[in-house]
Amino acid sequence: MDRRDSIKSIMLGSIGLGVLLEGCVSGVGSEEVKKAISKFKYGRTKIEIEYDNRLFSRKCFSDNEMKTIKEVCNLILPPNEFGSIEEAEVPELIEFMAKDIPSYETPIKKGLLNLDQISKSMYQKSFVECDENQQKFFLDDMAYPDLELSNSDQKDEVQWFSLMRNLTMTGYYTSRVGIEELGYKGNTPNIWDGVPQDVLDQYGLSYDKNWLDKCVDQSKRNEIAKWDEKGNLIS
Amino acid sequence: MQIKETSKEYDVVIVGSGAGGGMATKILSESGLSIAIVEAGPYFDPANPDQMTQMKWPYESPRRGAGTRRPFGDFDQAYGGWEIEGEPYTQKGDTNFRWFRSRMLGGRTNHWGRISLRFGPDDFKKKSKDGLGEDWPIGYEDIKPYYDKVDKLIGVFGSKENLYNDPDGFFLPAPKPRLHELFYIKGTRKSNVKVMPSRLSILTKRINDERGVCFYCRQCARSCSVYADFSSGSCLIFPAQKSGGQIDMYVNSMVRSITTDEEGKATGVSFINKEDKTEYKIKGKVVILAASACSSARILLNSKSKQHPNGLGNSSDIVGKYLHDSTGGGRMAFLPELVNRKIYNEDGVGGMHVYSPWWLDNKNLNFPRGYHIEVWGGMGGPSYGTGFDVNYLNKFFGIKVGGYGDMLRTDMRKYYGSVLGMDGRGESIAMKSNYCEIDPEKVDEFGVPVLRFNYKWSNHEINQVKHMQDTFEEIIHNMGAIPLGNKPGKDSNHGLTKPGEIIHEVGTTRMGNDPKTSVVNQFEQLHDASNVFIVDAGPFVSQADKNPTWTIMALAWRTSDYIIDQFQKQNF
Repeated sequence: MDRRDSIKSIMLGSIGLGVLLEGCVSGVGSEEVKKAISKFKYGRTKIEIEYDNRLFSRKCFSDNEMKTIKEVCNLILPPNEFGSIEEAEVPELIEFMAKDIPSYETPIKKGLLNLDQISKSMYQKSFVECDENQQKFFLDDMAYPDLELSNSDQKDEVQWFSLMRNLTMTGYYTSRVGIEELGYKGNTPNIWDGVPQDVLDQYGLSYDKNWLDKCVDQSKRNEIAKWDEKGNLIS
Repeated sequence: MQIKETSKEYDVVIVGSGAGGGMATKILSESGLSIAIVEAGPYFDPANPDQMTQMKWPYESPRRGAGTRRPFGDFDQAYGGWEIEGEPYTQKGDTNFRWFRSRMLGGRTNHWGRISLRFGPDDFKKKSKDGLGEDWPIGYEDIKPYYDKVDKLIGVFGSKENLYNDPDGFFLPAPKPRLHELFYIKGTRKSNVKVMPSRLSILTKRINDERGVCFYCRQCARSCSVYADFSSGSCLIFPAQKSGGQIDMYVNSMVRSITTDEEGKATGVSFINKEDKTEYKIKGKVVILAASACSSARILLNSKSKQHPNGLGNSSDIVGKYLHDSTGGGRMAFLPELVNRKIYNEDGVGGMHVYSPWWLDNKNLNFPRGYHIEVWGGMGGPSYGTGFDVNYLNKFFGIKVGGYGDMLRTDMRKYYGSVLGMDGRGESIAMKSNYCEIDPEKVDEFGVPVLRFNYKWSNHEINQVKHMQDTFEEIIHNMGAIPLGNKPGKDSNHGLTKPGEIIHEVGTTRMGNDPKTSVVNQFEQLHDASNVFIVDAGPFVSQADKNPTWTIMALAWRTSDYIIDQFQKQNF
């Protein structure tokens, strides 16, 4: 991520749920931790590996909570021909982020609890046991924020659902299947030689000659640069 | 504590391995001098598979690249940030200075924006123009030959524009603008704001057989594994080692102080090895500080002796004073024309392909000094945060925001690549009342007294950023876009960033001819100890509306030439 992108995502994703911490539910077996750690090789320092290790060795959500998370994520983004929440490992990301950003943990748990409470009081069963129409009935009530209010002034369940939607969307679209579905074409060696002509045409734009004269001739990119004494490129 | 001393005496001990330290290492080692580099962080090579992050996908990180551990995201190559465990700093009064440190070989050059701008003739003589701050003891003509050499050695793309205060250099050709940049060009022209190709130290063309050519992945912040961007390790230190330089590297070594003799001259440095927590001393005929403006000031202030009771180089009481960072302001915008745009690879280089240098005369304005505008946007690689508030932009079309289900997929696709932004980076006025000093009550985990900051923006900076915000809005409208969020108002100083946040902190050991009002002379040599030099941004008298790195390196080269000359004259 470059500097601008990170600022952009911080600004677009301003989720301010500052609630008290509760402890994670339990520890995780050392074999599982080893497996998790070896799965992610992304240029870490020793201190960073130790930190990730600590997060992997705790479990934040109970199996029941995890089931509800999966159910909710699947309602937010149902599977299609490209992939599913499970393939995109969205629940695993939510489990990880709830430890990496500790202020996420309590509100997520509270929201899950709330979901079960309302479904039990209405249908005498847990959220995951409800049918899709019943589930959507609950979600409709929390899925649309009041645009006049800032996120922190929204009702608790609206804030919760916004967080779940954000985590689901970002989890899916940063996964292998989600990136493919989006159609992102970068992160691969290539030669940038300007906006494709059909795209320029679409917007009625063109490169002006003066500007193009300053731009790289990609057929000569491998010739070693030489200049005259006035700084004009001559190779 | 036990202190271990080595018997070897180096010609030069260099503290820090970023832009200044790297340049000094290269020039001095190639003249045959023996060098010790003392670096507070680990060894780092962007080509090392165990450290490399370039070309990783977001799902290779368990947090999908989020910035919870590294402030600019998991794949950014700066080991550190504004907060480092065990290495605190403190604030005076209501100061909120943000001190960014990167602890690794090459320092912040591994992740920086590669914006490589020369200072212009006016930038060295600003006091003569507006009466504020101080003039440099040197002028553009003194540094120009070194800028030329830096251009050729390291490589920078750009274009000849014949602008007096944005001098041209020896440029590699620029990359063609991206789509949102063409819209930006349209908007700026309508607003009468100058726009031109950006100037970044990224190789759009081969400059030698050792370094690769840019393959357009937009990931310079991850430090290039084929060395197609400038980082101090890959472009200065490794080549210096390869060409047979006598260079010893002391990594994970935090310098406490410079040691001095009876005559007050430096004898070397004392440092703590982070691995065994033991203090070591190494000897050098010359000591060069290149630890970054604030770190170098801290080392000097912590180097007290009978001969230098106020800290080394601080008889003037100026060390730490005149600290200043660039101003910063920004705005995001939504370009409705880009909704549902065709998707193609538009990564490009790691940064903007076009920018706006300062284009106005301050005579007609209510603030001194200028700013430049950087532009970002386009179809960047997904990372943690992508998809947040996925259909927030619906509100501009009167469509409901929020919801769930397959429609979110349509929304994701629809708005992808339709948001862009502008950032202003401006020159602030160096003031004596903005400074870092030693906090008498706090030490870091190595027992070294820490820095305490005192910093307050003035109306100069606040008015400048207000002007930025007005300009952004005008350009946004003129390119057919809609500004996002509320325009920052007076209550937030018009969105002016906190000092330190732009990471261009300079000025703490400023240069001058008068030992009473400056710390180093025009060769970055301490007035108080002739064998100590400072080659980071500490000696900057003023900041200019340019990023400091190119000037750090040009000055470090000039200083290195002077040091070689002094060695030849046997003055050390």
